[in-house]
Amino acid sequence: MTGTDVAVVVKPDSPAHVKNPRRKRGKYGSISFYFIVPAAVMYLFVVLWPSLQGVAFSFTDWDGLSQVRNFVGFDQFARVFSDPASVGALFHALILAAGITIIQNGIGLLLALGVNSKIKSRNVLRVFLFAPAVITPVAAAYLWQYMLAPTGVVNQILSMLGLGALRQDWLGNPDLALGSIIAIVVWEFAGYSMVIYLAGLQGVPAEVIEASKVDGAGTFRRFWYIVRPHLGPAFTVTLMLSLIGSLKLFDQIQVTTGGGPGYATQTPSTLIYSNIFQFNDFGYGIAIALVLTVFVAAISSVQYYGLTREGK
Amino acid sequence: MERYTYKTLIREIVMIGVSLLFFIPLYVLINMSLKAPTDLSSPLSLVTHPTANNYINAWNQAGLPHALFISALITVCSVAIVVVIAGMAAYPLARATKRWSRISFYVFLIGLLLPFQLALIPLYSTIKDLGLLGSPLALIIFYSGHQAPFSIFLYTSFLRAQPAEYEEAAAIDGCGPLRSFWFVVFPLLRPVTGTVIILNVLAVWNDFFTPLLYLSGSANATVPVAIFSFVGQYVSQWNLVFAGLVISIAPILLVYFIMQRTIIKGFASGLKG
Repeated sequence: MTGTDVAVVVKPDSPAHVKNPRRKRGKYGSISFYFIVPAAVMYLFVVLWPSLQGVAFSFTDWDGLSQVRNFVGFDQFARVFSDPASVGALFHALILAAGITIIQNGIGLLLALGVNSKIKSRNVLRVFLFAPAVITPVAAAYLWQYMLAPTGVVNQILSMLGLGALRQDWLGNPDLALGSIIAIVVWEFAGYSMVIYLAGLQGVPAEVIEASKVDGAGTFRRFWYIVRPHLGPAFTVTLMLSLIGSLKLFDQIQVTTGGGPGYATQTPSTLIYSNIFQFNDFGYGIAIALVLTVFVAAISSVQYYGLTREGK
Repeated sequence: MERYTYKTLIREIVMIGVSLLFFIPLYVLINMSLKAPTDLSSPLSLVTHPTANNYINAWNQAGLPHALFISALITVCSVAIVVVIAGMAAYPLARATKRWSRISFYVFLIGLLLPFQLALIPLYSTIKDLGLLGSPLALIIFYSGHQAPFSIFLYTSFLRAQPAEYEEAAAIDGCGPLRSFWFVVFPLLRPVTGTVIILNVLAVWNDFFTPLLYLSGSANATVPVAIFSFVGQYVSQWNLVFAGLVISIAPILLVYFIMQRTIIKGFASGLKG
């Protein structure tokens, strides 16, 4: 793919004036193309080519094993939009994405503002708040499965606080399971967002903060007019990461609920998994994956343009 | 900044409280892993007679020593490859002003959006045809390609923000592209290389689904897969399971606690692009 582009574009830098430094840059432009080759080969082999194959297979009824593949046109895609399970899964992905992105970033930003101050424990707190983000999601999911069980720690704490009436089967109740998963993911990655916001906060010049204090700006106005503009790149990065990550969420759901109870926490990722590995319905599974891809691309590009425009 | 006032003290107390709340699950994890299975006290009450038996049993029964080795092998090899190939690719992507360079950059970015399931089965067939199923090499190849787009994105945006004068000076002095990459550009990338390494190590070490697929049925399991089958076997023996979980997350937490300063700094420098 890149190879053909290069052959055309490199041509203008024909070897003419050797002594001219500009010529050096031309040559540098042509030779340095080869620096892309190793990454391009790996990327092509592992990501791009199999994905294109996958796109082709989504127009077939392939079961993933046999040599027989019948062309079925857009049938699989029609199924995606008519099957209540997959429509529900896409809807769940949206809820997860919205819930996780907003709550995780809100808490992350508050934590960053809290830690980025004169408090003595700030270094220790920073380290501990980020810790859940490095824990293997499968391990964290098992831990939370235990915590959220009917006799689990969360319910015990509620009873200790005199809120026994609020005890729930957090992962077993269809109305609560999705929210419980949001809570698990937020617990894991709020520290991640915090660290990214912290990086942005540390880029705010201390003199400007001091000057604004001298001029009598309150905490909120100082945040809005002085700190916030410095957080542009941090917003872009952490919002994108949490949005894309939550739309594709798999490990936490597979371990804690497996998509259940019923279809309550089924997402495109778990649905793809079961269609491919339990029902051998590969063409359908891949069609769901493609719809998810378009989903992720559309939502994140809207978000990206929204954020970069606001930054300017 | 400001002096330590009573407001700061309130803030300090609130922040410590919030952090303790965040820490409850990890407290439960470690606390339970130290309790004997016969100890039926609440998971929240501190262990009175700590025992190492759960750890010894988990270490012996969950296949963790081998899994830790396989995970380390896969992580080190694939992250080293990603750093080199992504750093190299970022050089022309950030510097060449030609159209192909912009197009290639976008082609790499597409990789960030593709769900891994899309490529999964076609690639599975290829890996199977190559006879690499069950081999750590299959995962090293997979991660080298799969982790490339994000690393290229970080490297390229970082390099674009750096002045090109050093390379130009090197080029005028007769330095070829290969040498100017290795001696000028790659050292320039050092701050973001820290970030790239950290993010990739985390992603590769913690990945569950890919090794589940490519290594299943073989003697090689990575840590998350070993934990998965371990919990499947010993479900409801939570003391044992939790000891296994602690062992599985200990290496990454250890590295994190030792390098936390670098890690947090790495995030800061990786973001300036």
